[in-house]
Amino acid sequence: MKINLRVWRQVSSQSTGELQSYIVEGVQPDLSFLELLDMLNEQIMADGGVPVEFDHDCREGICGSCGMMVNGVAHGPQQQTAVCQLYMRNFNDGDTITLEPWRATAFPIVKDLVVDRSAFDRIVSAGGYISVKTGAAPDANAVLVAKPNADLAFDYATCIGCGACVAACPNASASLFTAAKISHLALLAQGKPERKERVVKMTQQMTREGFGDCSNHGECQAVCPQGISIDAIAQMRREYVRAKLPFG
Amino acid sequence: MMSLDARIPEGPLSEKWGHFKDHCKLVNPTNKTKHTILVVGTGLAGASAAATLAEQGYPVKSFCIQDSPRRAHSIAAQGGINAAKNYPNDGDSVWRLFYDTIKGGDYRSREANVYRLSQISNQIIDQCVAQGVPFAREYSGLLTNRSFGGAQVSRTFYARGQTGQQLLLGAYGAMMRQVAVGRIELFPRRELLDLAVVGGQARGIVVRNLLTGEFERYAGDVVVLATGGYSNVYYLSTNGKNSNVTAAWRAHKRGALFANPCFTQIHPTCIPVASEFQSKLTLMSESLRNDGRVWVPKRAGDKRSSNDIPEADRDYYLETRYPTFGNLVPRDVASRNAKQVIDEGRGVGATGLAVYLDFRDAIATQGKESIASRYGNLFDMYQRITGEDPYTIPMRIYPAVHYTMGGLWVDYHLMSTISGLFVLGEANFSDHGANRLGASALMQGLADGYFIIPYTLSNYIATTDIEPVDTDHDAFAEAEASARARTLKLLSIKGDKTVLKFHQELGHLIWNGVGMSRSKAVLEETIEQVRSLRSEFWQNLRVPGEANTLNKNLEFAGRVADFMELGQLMARDALAREESCGSHFRTEYQTPEGEAQRRDDCYTTAAAWKYKGDEQAHELVSEQLTFENVKLTQRSYK
Repeated sequence: MKINLRVWRQVSSQSTGELQSYIVEGVQPDLSFLELLDMLNEQIMADGGVPVEFDHDCREGICGSCGMMVNGVAHGPQQQTAVCQLYMRNFNDGDTITLEPWRATAFPIVKDLVVDRSAFDRIVSAGGYISVKTGAAPDANAVLVAKPNADLAFDYATCIGCGACVAACPNASASLFTAAKISHLALLAQGKPERKERVVKMTQQMTREGFGDCSNHGECQAVCPQGISIDAIAQMRREYVRAKLPFG
Repeated sequence: MMSLDARIPEGPLSEKWGHFKDHCKLVNPTNKTKHTILVVGTGLAGASAAATLAEQGYPVKSFCIQDSPRRAHSIAAQGGINAAKNYPNDGDSVWRLFYDTIKGGDYRSREANVYRLSQISNQIIDQCVAQGVPFAREYSGLLTNRSFGGAQVSRTFYARGQTGQQLLLGAYGAMMRQVAVGRIELFPRRELLDLAVVGGQARGIVVRNLLTGEFERYAGDVVVLATGGYSNVYYLSTNGKNSNVTAAWRAHKRGALFANPCFTQIHPTCIPVASEFQSKLTLMSESLRNDGRVWVPKRAGDKRSSNDIPEADRDYYLETRYPTFGNLVPRDVASRNAKQVIDEGRGVGATGLAVYLDFRDAIATQGKESIASRYGNLFDMYQRITGEDPYTIPMRIYPAVHYTMGGLWVDYHLMSTISGLFVLGEANFSDHGANRLGASALMQGLADGYFIIPYTLSNYIATTDIEPVDTDHDAFAEAEASARARTLKLLSIKGDKTVLKFHQELGHLIWNGVGMSRSKAVLEETIEQVRSLRSEFWQNLRVPGEANTLNKNLEFAGRVADFMELGQLMARDALAREESCGSHFRTEYQTPEGEAQRRDDCYTTAAAWKYKGDEQAHELVSEQLTFENVKLTQRSYK
C-alpha cells in the first residue's frame, strides 16, 4: 500500500509547529500503525532528516505510552484500540492520514507527537490510592468484596492513563481519567474510609492542572482504548456530593 | 581469585529468614531521614521498594525512563501471581510452592532464596488487596484462584488478563502517596548511564535527562537497581521497546558481577512474525494450550491451507511425544519442540515460522460459546493483530523471548558485588534458576521490593561506615565524562546504518546462536559474528539529530551498544555451561529421548562473570549451589 502521511512536526514546546507531508510506499497490511511510523522514520533518516518523535513502549495496548490523533480521532478509527494495536489493514491504498499530538492546555507539547502528561501523576498523587503502609495489611480474605463491585472496580481500574479522554474532550477535561480512579477505589471496602477526602482532593488537582470540566459530551468514552464507561463520571459526582453535603 | 559469599543465614531452611529479621541491625527513625536512597526503575520491584523505603522514613529519589512511573513494563504481565495461601484447600503450602519453584528452575537457584520467596508470597497478596488491587473474586466475596502453568494446585491470584497492570498501579499508588508527602522525589524520563563508586561503595548515579539531553548527577547512600530484564537483546521479544540492559550493564562494568546471562526464557505461545518491520512480539496466555491442540503437517513443504489438510496428514507432535502431559508440557519443552518441527521444514504460514494451535476439536466437543467464554479476549486480540478468525482457522503460534532469569549477581541480602548496590526483580539473577514458572515473576518483584529490601538495606546502613559524599567528587566527574563521551561518540560516527538495522542484525545472531538450542560450534561462531557486528556498529552507525533534545534514536543507540557486549557474554556463558538445564539446551547434552541432560556433578553452580576491560575476556567466578533439603531429580514429561 501507499500511504500519504501528514505529520505534526514541532521542535520543542517553545517553537511553533506545522504539518509536514510524507509518502510511505510498500506498507504491508500486517504492520501496526507504530511500525508504519518506524518505516517512515527509517525513510526520513535515509534522506538525512530527523525522525518523528512519538512515545511508545509495550506496543500491546497496556502501558498507555502511545497516543495521537489519527485523522482527528484519538487513537484512530478502531474502537477500544490503542494506536499501537491498530493495524494497517484498517486503511486503504492511497489513503491520506493526518497525525497530530494530543491537544490540551494541561498536556504541553514536548516535541512532534510527544506531550507532557505529568499532570495525571499529580492528580493521582493528590489522593488516588489507599493509604496502607507495607506490612499493615490484614489477611487478604478478611475483608469481603461483593463480586459485582469487584468486577466493576476492575473495569474502572483498567485505565491505562494514555490521555485520549482529554484529547477527545471539547473541554479538555480529565474527568474520565480522574473518575475511573475514584470509582475504582470507592467500590471497594478498602477504599471507603478515604472516599470523601479523595474525591475532593483529586478533583481540585484536576482543576488546578488546567483541565476543563465535564459537560457530558461522551467523547471520552467513545475513544477510550479500555472502553471505560462515563458511568464513572456519574459515580464521581455522587462521591463529590456525598463528600460536600453534611448528611453525605 | 575472587570468591562469592552469598551470606545465607544459618539455621534450618524454614527459619533462615526469620532468624535474619530477628538479628539484623536496624536504623532508628531519625537517622533514616539522613540516608538518601536512589531507586532506579519503577516496575513492580522498583515501585514497591521506593514506596516502602519512603514509608519507613528514608528520603527516596526515584528514576525511570518512561514519562510516568506507571508505564514500566511490569504493566504488561498477564497471567497472575502465585502465593501459598491454600485458600482452595487443595494441599498447597509454603514448602510446595518452594519445591515447585526450585524444581521448575531445574535446580539452578538457591534453596534459601526460593524458600524465603515462598514464605513472603502470602504477605504480598494481603498487601495488594489492602491497596485496592481488584483481584478476581467468588460470589461469596472471597478471593478466587486458578491453576497456572501446569501446577497441581490452584495458587495463582489474578485480575483477568491484566494482573501485572493492577499490581503495578497498586505499587504506583503507594509511591505517589509518598510523593505527596515529599518523601519520594520523582525523576521521570531519566536514563542511568553510569554509576559513581566511591571507596568501593555505590554512592550515586549519572543520568541523562531524556528531554533536555543534560547529564545529571545524584548522590545517595545506597543505590537500588530495579531495571528489569534484557530480552530485547534478541530484538524481537515480548518486552516493551524501552526495556534494556543499560543500567545493569554499566553497573557491571563498574564491578557488579553478571550471573547466568544465558538463562533466557522462550515462551511457546506468541503471535508469529509477519513482516520485516515487525517491532515486537505479542504473547498469548499459555492457558490456550488447555484446549488448543498443537500440530504441523506430517510432510515437509506441505503448503495446503490448514483446513485442507486431512487428519491423516497432521502431526500432533506434543501429544505423540509426551503422552502424559501432551499439549501442557512446560514452556521450554514446548518451545524446543516447535523449533524442531520448523527446522524440519514443517512450519506453517507464509514465513514457515509457526505451528498451529487448533481449537477445532474443542469447539466441536464443547461448543463455540464455551470456548469464547474462556478465551474470548485472547481470540479477539489474535484477530486484531493477524486479521484471521481463530474460531474457524487454527491460530499460528511461535516461541518468543519473554523473560531473562540471568542478571546481576546478588547475595541473600540482594546486594551485588559492589557494596551498597542492591539489585531487585528481573534485573537480578536470584530466584528462578534456569527456567521461570508462570506467575512467579510478579511474586519475586514484589517480594524483593516490599518485604526484603527494607530489612537488608537498613542492615547495610546500620553496619557500614558511609562517609559524606557530594556530586562534586571525582568519581561523579569521571562517570559523567565517560557517559558524555560515549553519547557524543554515538552521534559523531555519522555512518550509513541506523540503530534499528544493527539491532535487528544483532537480534538475529543471538536468536540463532543463543536461542532455543545451542551448540559449541554455533556459539563460537556467534561470538565472532557479534564481535564483528560490534566493530561495524562503532564505525558505521548513523544517529540523526542532536544530543541536547529528545532523541530516541540516540537513546536506542546506547542501549544497542550495550546489548552487543551482553550478547557476546551470553554466548560465552552458554559455551561455558557444558550441560543442558531448563531454558539452556546444549545439543551435545541430551538424553537418548532428546530431553535436557543436566550435569549436576560439574554445573550445580551459578556462573557469575566479572568484567575485566573492553579488550579482555570476562573472568568466570562460580557460586556453588548446595541442596540440603530437596533431592535433585530429572524433569520428565513423557
